Amino acid sequence: MSLPKPVMRGLLGKRLRFHLPIAFTLSLAAAIAFKYTVTEPRKQAYADFYKQYDATKEFNAMREAGIFESVRPSGE
Amino acid sequence: MLASRALSLVSKRAISTSVCLRGGHGVAKVEDYALPVYFDRRENPLPDINYVQTLSPEQISLKEKEKGSWISLSNEEKIALYRISFKQSFAEMNQGSAEWKSVFGGVLFFIGFTGLVVLWQRKYVYGPVPPTFDDEHKAKELQRMLDMRINPVEGFSAKWDYENKQWKK
Repeated sequence: MSLPKPVMRGLLGKRLRFHLPIAFTLSLAAAIAFKYTVTEPRKQAYADFYKQYDATKEFNAMREAGIFESVRPSGE
Repeated sequence: MLASRALSLVSKRAISTSVCLRGGHGVAKVEDYALPVYFDRRENPLPDINYVQTLSPEQISLKEKEKGSWISLSNEEKIALYRISFKQSFAEMNQGSAEWKSVFGGVLFFIGFTGLVVLWQRKYVYGPVPPTFDDEHKAKELQRMLDMRINPVEGFSAKWDYENKQWKK
């Protein structure tokens, strides 16, 4: 019965040396993925929307639909 | 020879009666729960007492042999000594069981039962839903949301085609 003596020290250090680089890489990858799948398309969508946006036209359309209380549709 | 025997008898009696000499109160009874107990726990490896309290004759002789050099102990004797002191080895106490299947099954069963309870409540306890939930009211609600241009960039109104008055393909 001569089993080898098990490792008694440095267990936390070994675990950290293994897991911390993985954790950092995965977090970085998640951040980069979120940036390029969510925030960049969103910024582009807003830019495109406001490129062709006519505020007066939109306002008049909303007015005719009758949602405002201060300005009634032009017919009334 | 006889005198020493008589003396040992007297001294034994003296010890056993010394308790009663203390005003007749004696010592408090020691409850079972106040004594040290044996336990198998991974985080607490050395219990307060040995597992086997009353040794058999061969165990007593083994304990005597343990007082000598340990090289002379065979493997079986070492294991026997271990089993005197401990009930389960670490491998035995750490092994998993199949209990999780019962637990998971029970959890799912009671969630299902809760679903039935909720259905019964919906039918027999709660009153009717407000009138604004019928189709005509909901259609008016949606039209008003489109008129107000709710979320026109990426959300609700962005998916509506205002020119052709239909949802964008």
